[in-house]
Amino acid sequence: MHNTTYHKASSAAEAASLLSGADDGALLAGGQTLIPTMKQRLAAPSDLVDISGVAELKGISVSGSSVTIGAMTTHAEVASSAELRAVCPGLADLAGHIGDPAVRHRGTLGGSVANNDPAADYPAAMLALGATIKTNTREIAADDFFQSMFTTALDEGEMIVSVSFEAPEKGAYAKFPNPASRYAMCGVFVAKGAGGVRVAVTGAGDDGVFRSADMEAALSSNFAADALDGVTVSPNGMLSDIHGDAAYRANLVKVMAKRATAAA
Amino acid sequence: MTSISMTVNGKAVTADVEDRTLLVDYIRESLRLTGTHVGCDTSQCGACVVHVDGKAVKSCTMLAAAAAGSEVTTIEGVANGDLHPMQKAFNDNHGLQCGFCTPGMIMSGIDMVNRYKAEGKTLDEAAIRAELEGNICRCTGYHNIVKSISQAAGEM
Ligand SMILES: Cc1cc2nc3c(=O)[nH]c(=O)nc-3n(C[C@H](O)[C@H](O)[C@H](O)COP(=O)(O)OP(=O)(O)OC[C@H]3O[C@@H](n4cnc5c(N)ncnc54)[C@H](O)[C@@H]3O)c2cc1C
Ligand code: FES
Ligand code: FES
Repeated sequence: MHNTTYHKASSAAEAASLLSGADDGALLAGGQTLIPTMKQRLAAPSDLVDISGVAELKGISVSGSSVTIGAMTTHAEVASSAELRAVCPGLADLAGHIGDPAVRHRGTLGGSVANNDPAADYPAAMLALGATIKTNTREIAADDFFQSMFTTALDEGEMIVSVSFEAPEKGAYAKFPNPASRYAMCGVFVAKGAGGVRVAVTGAGDDGVFRSADMEAALSSNFAADALDGVTVSPNGMLSDIHGDAAYRANLVKVMAKRATAAA
Repeated sequence: MTSISMTVNGKAVTADVEDRTLLVDYIRESLRLTGTHVGCDTSQCGACVVHVDGKAVKSCTMLAAAAAGSEVTTIEGVANGDLHPMQKAFNDNHGLQCGFCTPGMIMSGIDMVNRYKAEGKTLDEAAIRAELEGNICRCTGYHNIVKSISQAAGEM
């Protein structure tokens, strides 16, 4: 790892000012992506601004069906929140299947969303739930936030503060994990809420997380797994790698969507 | 350089470290607590698992500076005069072969038993295997590792 200068922020405002004062700074959340990347020298920020001690960025609040989750809330906290599970069990289950227990103790929702790894789980949930990503300067709809793999609408120095969404009437996530890494070879989050049915797919697309209009249309007329039988998922635009080719991934999208719908 | 203070195995320690120092390197190189191992150094194998404020974390994937102010427990700190029930269970069940992964297995084992107890859930064999997702045994002796954790779960 190249050398860096470590700062520990005690408030969101302090984090933002430390970041803007740095040459080429980066926020350090759980470090479960950033530290490995720095060790491989694929990233070499001049300064690290650790936001793990910022209380205002942590926690889950549920009021009726409105849910807000702070950026620094860990995967383990999301997975074990009884309050969240009561209104949106699909999201708690998703968090409980990210990586392994040690990764879940450190890794955070904000870090995962900001990173937008094409095989990460949270981006599918944010998109399917129609979440709003709140930053230190504005609010961004999930539809506008996830732009392409590892690319988001975040500006330089912008920090995610929390995400909010309305818990859907029904919602679930089904993931086919890569047997070695446990990242998604394909993960589908299906949600039926006030704004209709939304289906978001991660792991499979060659440009990151995406929504499937065909599946949304099929499930809008009949929210049942067999309603997806007639939908054809094209291998065009699917990832193709040593783990699975595009046709295999296209098939996984349908299978995972059916499983998620059945579980919702 | 950053000046850090933390509690390791109940003892207060203070040091000046380079900002990029990993927690595992601080533990092994500065404190000479070499029971915590580095298997992969790429966050996958779990040989480096320690407890930070009571939670299992991969110490190769955390900066020492980020652990400042925390209570850290390593494999050297779990026995209290007698072996910890998890250590004894690994001994009783031949839960290790070369032993390289064992410190991480034991730290993850203690963590999972504590969590399941706190949440009132049963740690059955399937749960232990799922919980061991982040711990790799190159000797592949998982069967006895699972048996060991299962025995300790009944004793802790
Ligand atoms: C062994 C292993 C297995 C894993 N398996 C999975 C898996 O199955 N599914 C999955 O989805 N993920 C997986 N992950 C990734 C894990 O979920 C990470 O925790 C997550 O991707 C990043 O979160 P973090 O808090 O660790 O962020 P960091 O690593 O600290 O940061 C990641 C990036 O986001 C930026 N950032 C962090 N917080 C903010 C913020 N609030 N605002 C703006 N930018 C921010 C950082 O500057 C950095 O660029 C795995 C990781 C490991 C090591
Ligand atoms: S050495 Fe830390 S996970 Fe392998
Ligand atoms: S006992 Fe040899 S690596 Fe597990």
